[in-house]
Amino acid sequence: MKQYFPTALALCAVAAILLTLRAPQHSGEYDITGFGGLPTLVNGRVKPLDTVARTTLLMLQGRQRVTMPDGGSLTPAEWLLEVFFRPDLADTYQVFEIVQPDLLGLLSLGPTEGAGGKRFSLRQMSPKLGELERQARLADGVETALRTTFQRAAIQLRSSILLYQELQVSLLPPGNHAFFTEMGRLEQMLPAIAAGRAPKPGDGTTDATLLLELATTFATMERAVYLHPVTLEGSGGPTDWKTFGGAWSQAVATGRIAPAAQAFVALGRAWHGRDPESFNRTVGAQRASLVRSMPAVMNRCGVEFRFNSAQPFYSAATVYVIALLFGVVSWLRWGDVLGRSAMGLMLVAFGVSTAGILTRMWLESRPPVTNLYSSALFVGWAAVLLCLILERLYRNGIGSVAGGVIGFATLVIAHHLALGGDTMEMMRAVLDSNFWLATHVVTIAIGYSATFLAGFLALIYVLRGVLTRSLDAATASSLARMIYGIVCFATLFSFVGTILGGIWADQSWGRFWGWDPKENGALLIVLWNAILLHARWGGYVQARGLAVLALFGNIVTAWSWFGVNMLGVGLHSYGFMDAAFWALVIFVASQLAVILIAALPVARWRSFRGQRASRGAQIP
Amino acid sequence: MSTTTRPLPPRLVQETLLDLRDFVVSMKLTLVLLGFSMVLVFAATLDQVKLGIWAVQEKYFRSFLVSTQVGSVVAPVFPGGYLVGGLLLINLVAAHFYRFALKWRKAGIQLVHFGLIILLVGELLTGLWQEDAHLRLNQGETKNYAESFREFEVVLSDVTDPAYDEVVAIPIDLIARKATIQHPKLPFKVDPKSYYPNSTLMSRRGGSTGVAAPGGNAGEQLTAVPQAVTYRPNEDNIPAAIIELTGPEGSLGKWLVSAELPVPQEFSHAGRSWRIALRLKRAYLPVALTLLKFSHDRYAGTEIPKNFSSRLRLATPDGRDDREVLIYMNNPLRYGGRTFYQAGFQNNDRTTVLQVVRNPSWAVPYVACTLMTIGLTLQFCLHLFGFIRKRRTPATSTRPVGRPNLA
Repeated sequence: MKQYFPTALALCAVAAILLTLRAPQHSGEYDITGFGGLPTLVNGRVKPLDTVARTTLLMLQGRQRVTMPDGGSLTPAEWLLEVFFRPDLADTYQVFEIVQPDLLGLLSLGPTEGAGGKRFSLRQMSPKLGELERQARLADGVETALRTTFQRAAIQLRSSILLYQELQVSLLPPGNHAFFTEMGRLEQMLPAIAAGRAPKPGDGTTDATLLLELATTFATMERAVYLHPVTLEGSGGPTDWKTFGGAWSQAVATGRIAPAAQAFVALGRAWHGRDPESFNRTVGAQRASLVRSMPAVMNRCGVEFRFNSAQPFYSAATVYVIALLFGVVSWLRWGDVLGRSAMGLMLVAFGVSTAGILTRMWLESRPPVTNLYSSALFVGWAAVLLCLILERLYRNGIGSVAGGVIGFATLVIAHHLALGGDTMEMMRAVLDSNFWLATHVVTIAIGYSATFLAGFLALIYVLRGVLTRSLDAATASSLARMIYGIVCFATLFSFVGTILGGIWADQSWGRFWGWDPKENGALLIVLWNAILLHARWGGYVQARGLAVLALFGNIVTAWSWFGVNMLGVGLHSYGFMDAAFWALVIFVASQLAVILIAALPVARWRSFRGQRASRGAQIP
Repeated sequence: MSTTTRPLPPRLVQETLLDLRDFVVSMKLTLVLLGFSMVLVFAATLDQVKLGIWAVQEKYFRSFLVSTQVGSVVAPVFPGGYLVGGLLLINLVAAHFYRFALKWRKAGIQLVHFGLIILLVGELLTGLWQEDAHLRLNQGETKNYAESFREFEVVLSDVTDPAYDEVVAIPIDLIARKATIQHPKLPFKVDPKSYYPNSTLMSRRGGSTGVAAPGGNAGEQLTAVPQAVTYRPNEDNIPAAIIELTGPEGSLGKWLVSAELPVPQEFSHAGRSWRIALRLKRAYLPVALTLLKFSHDRYAGTEIPKNFSSRLRLATPDGRDDREVLIYMNNPLRYGGRTFYQAGFQNNDRTTVLQVVRNPSWAVPYVACTLMTIGLTLQFCLHLFGFIRKRRTPATSTRPVGRPNLA
């Protein structure tokens, strides 16, 4: 029985994950799934509307689910439909996260009025929007690095509201309640316009007035450039997309309209008028026509939609935590069974992350690391791979625990980085090079993973040695060998990665090395790893010293990965962010605390307590 | 009294030398220097927020000592890049040759250290030899020179002959030192009266202050107001100077020259026409480049730049080369020992900015890195194979090490 437990557990995990891969089905009357899979061009990339809904919600409120005032909840795509076609209702949904106390005060709102104490609706803010705009403008004048948290929050909230409003006016002009009736009349007029018999403004007919009014409306809507949902005839390449307003502006002039633009009018009419049958029919027809005209785009969008709803990285994070728990307990009890269970779960979680990363690579046609978000995914993935190898070699649960911690932590970091918007953004000019992304960036990321892994192994060494009695001599020496081996690996990859970066810089900026903050960060990792190795070769440190140095390596790597981006200077600062500053400070403090713990005399370490000096000397 | 200094006993000399050798080749020294490098690099990174990248390079890396303001005095507080790098180089070279042994097992480590020596030397050579400059071209414009980023010069040109100009360029350092300059090609003496490293030009209202000269002189309408020197990456210093020219018959007058003035000022002296200007230092190129078209591609429906590219005509004076070239991101043009990069654009996409780099030692880092990468890989593989072999041979099971240790 006991011997089958690890396999059974892993199979359960696989089954649970397979459940998330089921084709999402619409439970209500409306074919939300079909709608969410419709493609649109946003920020230079063709993606399903479902992705637009999810990334927008993450940016506005940090989560994808929407709670309605009556307590029910909406899927992201349903929420997007409400924003598009029932804007008055959508304004009452509490989707704007505001936590800055001064900003809440400015808006005359209290935490108790918000959903979950922090989410508010546009309606709640509407009396104070003018004041918010004024405050944001004042903050605009202040240099980014010098803004107060209030000013940053004001600017952030304003940009959230602008994004929301831009979506709102993409498919429906604001305040025009007769829009769908007017559009019906316009559609009837199209053949006449195409034949050159458009009603002239001089005619004095209601049709002529209507045409003039609609032309103005579309010209205004054309200015909302965020969403390009209308495909022209063609392959669906990035230049074949238009805004809704742009497509209809053209129709008013020429009488010809892209079927996709008409489909969005029909969808709006049906959603607004609560007509599920007509909605589903339009979605079905539109999808069928797109599958015929651009099968590759629809295939990609379908996969992305499935990928969004399966959320593989959330599944992986959950399994990593369970594996971590099994690994830790295996040091205290039932070592063999739990150790193998932890290893099995790690394999499952690793498989899921691998599949997730591969899917992203296929969707983007890019190497695995393209931005800070994907670097977090990849650093975790590579570290877990190394852990699996260690666990296979040593079978002592250490690889599982270290892998569980790093796998989970990097996915949490990735989740927070995803709040900035679409994680599959287009690459800015200098980065638009798959060759260098695949070589320099990937190698550097592997260097980060290995340096972190060495640090986490050191963490296990210290905490297990000081706090528990489970660090016996054999485990201690194998941990020390693991740390040393991983540091060698880290040195190799950090160095080669840094060098490749130098070559890229020489190719694109004209200098091999420019002391740019990100370059300096990479150099610090290389220098630190070199110090570690020389200290060990020179015999200046033993196992405990090596662990302490490796722990400090965590700080160096965290600085290089995130810290330098927070400075907001240099050629590499495209990944600027400031919210994570405190997280970094806490991480650094925690590592320093462990280093202090490691400095306790060996005789006070629980694992080595009571050992004779002669034996104690050979262990640490 | 005899004052003969007693020679040191030979043993003591030998011991001191041995001590010195042990110190120079010691790994402790390596560790200390690596630690210093980390502190230096970290401090320089932080200081970039305030100082900007150029000032930081000068202060931390291209210096022997890093000085900083302590109270009211400027005091050296830390070894600079040249000192740390130089000592590291000495340590490295000494240790490399001292411990050198022609052994297969050591080949990886030897290669890494040898590569590192070359890399450090290469970085020093780059610091000494590399020249970089900007080449700004408007649509259709042709230029055969590039301009420095931050260095200026005062130029006096004799433009009497329409076929060619006789140009004398005076480095700004001489102007800043207010050195009187006499040059065989100049029939007058150049006497800098004042110099402002950064300034703005303001219109002079009412009375003149004696800065007057024949011909159009900017000093009649304008005056230079000194400004604090800036180190910000997106701001430029605009130097200005007041220069007096003195011929054999006495002063010709004083000229206000500034980098802000768009065109040189003209005057005539002894029947010849002259121009005077303060401008960015020029580096002449062996080719003339004409901008045919600059393109700034964006991703559809966004302002995110996808690519910048410049289509240029490249022509040499001897007519041997006359062709079109395309420079774009990550794809520079290498010609005549110089490399031309797409660096930026201005003026609503009608002006391209190319960076022109001349670095005779550009290949050194490539050689160094290849050696080091081979060395590290070799070393890592040796370790790895050794590790695997060791695991295979003693098959004594160490398996259940993770077993509970509840004594």
